[in-house]
Amino acid sequence: MLDAHAKPLVEITGMCKWYGDFSALFDINLTVHEGEKVVVCGPSGSGKSTMIRCINQLEAHQKGTIRVDGVEVSPELKNIEGIRREVGMVFQSFNLFPHMTILDNLTLGPTRNRGISKKEARDLAMHYLERVHIAEQAEKYPVQLSGGQQQRVAIARALCMKPKVMLFDEPTSALDPEMIAGVLDVMIELAEEGMTMIVVTHEMGFARKVADRVVFMDQGEIIEVAEPEQFFSNPQSDRAQLFLSQLLGH
Amino acid sequence: MDRNSPPPAPPRKRLTIVDYLLFASVIGLIVFASYRVNDVLVYHWNWSRVFGFIIRFDEETGSWVANLLMYGLATTLRLAVWGTIFATIIGILMGYWRTVDNLTLRIISRSYVELVRNIPPVVFIFIFYFFISSQLFPALGVDDIDRDGYIVNTWAFWILFGDPALLSNFLAGVLCLAMFEGAYVTEIVRAGIQAVPKGQWEAARAIGLSRTNVLKDVILPQALRKILPPMAGQFITLIKDSAIVSLISIQELTFLATEVAATTTKVFETWILVGAMYFVLCYSFALLFAWLERRAARSRR
Repeated sequence: MLDAHAKPLVEITGMCKWYGDFSALFDINLTVHEGEKVVVCGPSGSGKSTMIRCINQLEAHQKGTIRVDGVEVSPELKNIEGIRREVGMVFQSFNLFPHMTILDNLTLGPTRNRGISKKEARDLAMHYLERVHIAEQAEKYPVQLSGGQQQRVAIARALCMKPKVMLFDEPTSALDPEMIAGVLDVMIELAEEGMTMIVVTHEMGFARKVADRVVFMDQGEIIEVAEPEQFFSNPQSDRAQLFLSQLLGH
Repeated sequence: MDRNSPPPAPPRKRLTIVDYLLFASVIGLIVFASYRVNDVLVYHWNWSRVFGFIIRFDEETGSWVANLLMYGLATTLRLAVWGTIFATIIGILMGYWRTVDNLTLRIISRSYVELVRNIPPVVFIFIFYFFISSQLFPALGVDDIDRDGYIVNTWAFWILFGDPALLSNFLAGVLCLAMFEGAYVTEIVRAGIQAVPKGQWEAARAIGLSRTNVLKDVILPQALRKILPPMAGQFITLIKDSAIVSLISIQELTFLATEVAATTTKVFETWILVGAMYFVLCYSFALLFAWLERRAARSRR
């Protein structure tokens, strides 16, 4: 599955973050290589979202280093936009721009950041809308779409920037059960095409199927990193065992 | 039961005895007030003298021409339009500064808002007028404008700025009003920006938009849509507030009305008439904005 010689895309070393006096993340070390799919799981409040939001600096970390494709990211970095363009992000609450059509949501980034023409951006957007099976909705506004459709648009919007790595922050948590499958299918297709992905999710079926590694976090620390088979059948730490029994045990 | 049967009619709203009593007492009050004015003050109404200051018959040309109060109304309208434009520019800039991380910008915008809001408008306008008329305009050379210049001596200039001879007077009024109302617009804009969900900022940043584009493409369009109703209200307030610049001799409706009232000694007629003119102006705009809002709401679906 994973090429041993793949270059590291995201390298987090000794990262810490506090909210006031509260230690939100402590000594996070994680390296994600090109083409690798990492699923991050753990109880709520364990710092999963905060960790991936530090990668594109939606949240600032206070200690340690984060490198994206070799470039260190920090709050002081002048060209943080340059990094963000390489890192796609999908949010729990979709966050589509409600005042724009679906198509405009997708073309905004490429036309503003990549300096490409409206026509090219449109073709690019339609290409990705087709990939997420939603091309016929291009002229509609976000409110006219179901949650699942909106989330697929959000994925397409991120893909339009041709990112090197995709971050997913609980992409299916805000969806009705019947909408989840469509979004997961798109993510699985994306994984099969070789996209580097870091996914915070509670969808253990997805983790089993797609992940190269599962990262288990609790109380702001990485407790366990394992291949999915091993993690699900034989978790090493007590906390992971407890978490899995709560998740699967009913 | 038939699913297709129409729903029961809603209960009709009727006027009750209390409503009729209220109407009667309001009418009674009006009658009483007019009786007092006519009987106790021994006031002689003479509307025709005042109407002559709206339009008058010009003997020389043999046609009806606009008179002082119409000029005043036109100036008030110009003041309102330019005042709104500048107040909006100031308000968007300062309103954005109110929300940024940079401490200096926050201090500047906060000081501006608090300064204007905590000084009576009249006092603010006297101080600010002194500054612009003694410092700003001489520096800009507004008073030395060429009245026969090819830009100045045109219809467009007259429509936009009025009489070139009164240009510095008019601009002083516009600037005072804009600075004053800008503070209130600032607070509206700030509230609008803060009402845009945090997720919109994050999504815009996440696709790598620059700071300017985050604001221009994502945040402001949504914020401005949210603040359209209070902004419309502020614009109408601005029309009414424009009356205070009469105190620095800006020749708008209230200033000219003072002159008309003094000349004719018909105080009640003049001010009732001017009140009606303000009402028509403001209420027209209120209707216009209400219509625009309905349209905006519909186009958004």
